Amino acid sequence: MSTTLRALLGATALCAAGGIAAAQENVTLTIATVNNGDMIRMQALASDFTEKHPNIELEWVTLEENVLRQRVTTDIATKGGQYDVMTIGTYEVPIWGAQDWLVPLNDLPAEYDVDDLLPAIRDGLTVDGNLYAAPFYGESSMVMYRTDLMEAAGLEMPEAPTWDFIKEAAAAMTDKDAEVYGICLRGKAGWGENMAFLTAMANSYGARWFDEEWNAQFDSPEWKATLDDYLMLMNEYGPPGAANNGFNENLALFQQGKCGMWIDATVAASFVTNPEDSTVADKVGFALAPDNGLGKRGNWLWAWSLGIPAGSQKIDAAKEFIAWATSKEYTAMVAEKEGWANVPPGTRQSLYDNPEYQKVPFAQMTLDSINAADPTQPTVDPVPYTGVQFVAIPEFQGIGTAVGQQFAAALAGQSTAEQALSNAQALTTREMTRAGYPK
Amino acid sequence: MPRAVTTRRKAVMTVIAWTVGLLIFFPILWTVLTSFKTEADAIAIPPRFLNFDWTLENYVTVQERSDYFRHFWNSVVISVGSTLIGLAIAIPAAWAMAFVPGKRTKDVLMWMLSTKMLPPVGVLVPIYLLFRDTGLLDTRIGLVIVLTLINLPIIVWMLYTYFREIPGEILEAARMDGAGLRSEILYVLTPMAVPGIASTMLLNIILAWNEAFWTLNLTAAKAAPLTAFIASYSSPEGLFYAKLSAASTMAIAPILILGWFSQKQLVRGLTFGAVK
Repeated sequence: MSTTLRALLGATALCAAGGIAAAQENVTLTIATVNNGDMIRMQALASDFTEKHPNIELEWVTLEENVLRQRVTTDIATKGGQYDVMTIGTYEVPIWGAQDWLVPLNDLPAEYDVDDLLPAIRDGLTVDGNLYAAPFYGESSMVMYRTDLMEAAGLEMPEAPTWDFIKEAAAAMTDKDAEVYGICLRGKAGWGENMAFLTAMANSYGARWFDEEWNAQFDSPEWKATLDDYLMLMNEYGPPGAANNGFNENLALFQQGKCGMWIDATVAASFVTNPEDSTVADKVGFALAPDNGLGKRGNWLWAWSLGIPAGSQKIDAAKEFIAWATSKEYTAMVAEKEGWANVPPGTRQSLYDNPEYQKVPFAQMTLDSINAADPTQPTVDPVPYTGVQFVAIPEFQGIGTAVGQQFAAALAGQSTAEQALSNAQALTTREMTRAGYPK
Repeated sequence: MPRAVTTRRKAVMTVIAWTVGLLIFFPILWTVLTSFKTEADAIAIPPRFLNFDWTLENYVTVQERSDYFRHFWNSVVISVGSTLIGLAIAIPAAWAMAFVPGKRTKDVLMWMLSTKMLPPVGVLVPIYLLFRDTGLLDTRIGLVIVLTLINLPIIVWMLYTYFREIPGEILEAARMDGAGLRSEILYVLTPMAVPGIASTMLLNIILAWNEAFWTLNLTAAKAAPLTAFIASYSSPEGLFYAKLSAASTMAIAPILILGWFSQKQLVRGLTFGAVK
């Protein structure tokens, strides 16, 4: 072996050894996240983590939800290894966990107290007994209503209203001349938009997406009743142009005093009661999502959670970060620095046992709403899938959005409820047959 | 009275031109205005045009939360880099097609254009895998390569159109004087086609600057350009329009200024050969 070659090999070996030593010492974690208030707050507070772990640096990639979903799905499916921590929801976790795309988080330290996680949320993030992601914040949906308008209408909102009461209250609160609409609901097409609301509503009407053999169920009388009532509520008592309204549009309407009731994510409670943005901050009451006495309520369950893709080379550091971000200590730190109303909600029982947090007006209703949802048994009749406002199969994003477009068209008056349901049945059956589901 | 008719016609054309111009410009104006509003004003119904409390708060927030200059620099490197490499490949190619066309030149041109007809998402996974295996994910070099390739057909087509307007006799004369191929392209053709090359360059920089599919999908933290910077300000839950508008204004400002200063070249280049 020539001297030059030997020198080269030696230098390479040294570099490699140096590289390994450096990797053990200094690690940079790339964290993909969404632009939601709680996540942005976490970025601002992350210096607490880097101070405690001086060898770990954090790089943030913040993206819009749909872009993030496409981006991390490509990366995890190809084992691209671009991210060490991903922000994912209760839709992705069961699918990706079953594919072994995520690193199980069963070995989090004892002080993390995994048993403190709310059972409904933990179940939604567990596949075959393995916890695949740690919840950062959880949400359900509930009724937010204007206490002044309700009083003026001579009605009193029960803690657990029925759909019949919602119809009665919507009629009594509507005053279209004054631009006050009895009820605001999502109308914009999309599996995470109008279909999140309608699927949860359908659960309370005894409807379901599929029977146990994976046959589409849009031809059932339960779905017909769901869609008829939804269209009636929106056409008679809803704001104009509701087929374009999603969470943010309804939030704006409610904050400007144009909605009597709004059934949507529990996380909205902190927005509508914030006097800086909301003109009705001191006139908002909360109630559980409605039911029809069938044992299921029309509320969903979602948790933005942190998971580690199986392609990551920095699993130990990533676990340290996740344990920090979803810990009780993190909650306490947010409370101390930003106040209890800004603490990421809906993940831990201990938060709701805290007397300070119980003073937050929407705390108890958020907990009750989350506990009222069961992702493993979401419907009245048995189903082969998990997920409350979605079906945890990869095909659902496409099918859910296509069905959502049919229902949005019915809301916009471009088709009837019958046509929308029959189209939904046909397209769902076609796609599911193509994917090989029905037995 | 032909003179009166001409004047009236001129006035009508001016009004139409201004209306069309304002209509096209309105979304940009609205974005800029929204960036100075509070989040509550940004979604007010009816919309507020100028009567709102002007604030710089959104720009402060965006500055605090993101590293604008890193994204900006990535955008500059990616758009200028891909354009220069693209031109270096396209000038000889367009020369060959314009001055020594073969039997299949037209077909080759059409075939090049046909590559633009494929929806990018159709090749996302193969390209992602190639990038993963070659270590090009989240690198500026990777994006320069991809953007060069996707914009190459447009550059070749534009240059081909300009070169065709240059009389072949001039090049022949240069050859008679003993110019080789290299000096013919470098010292005779290129200076004559400068307006065309300049406008192609500018248009390509704008296209690369605004490209938002590959730049979002092939980057993570390091090479992310301004498109990713904008995408980080949209939110599914919570009001974001004012902050998003501030981020958008900051992202388009450099390219808008570049376009403003070079509009003469752009118009001259884009209408080159259109009027005979």
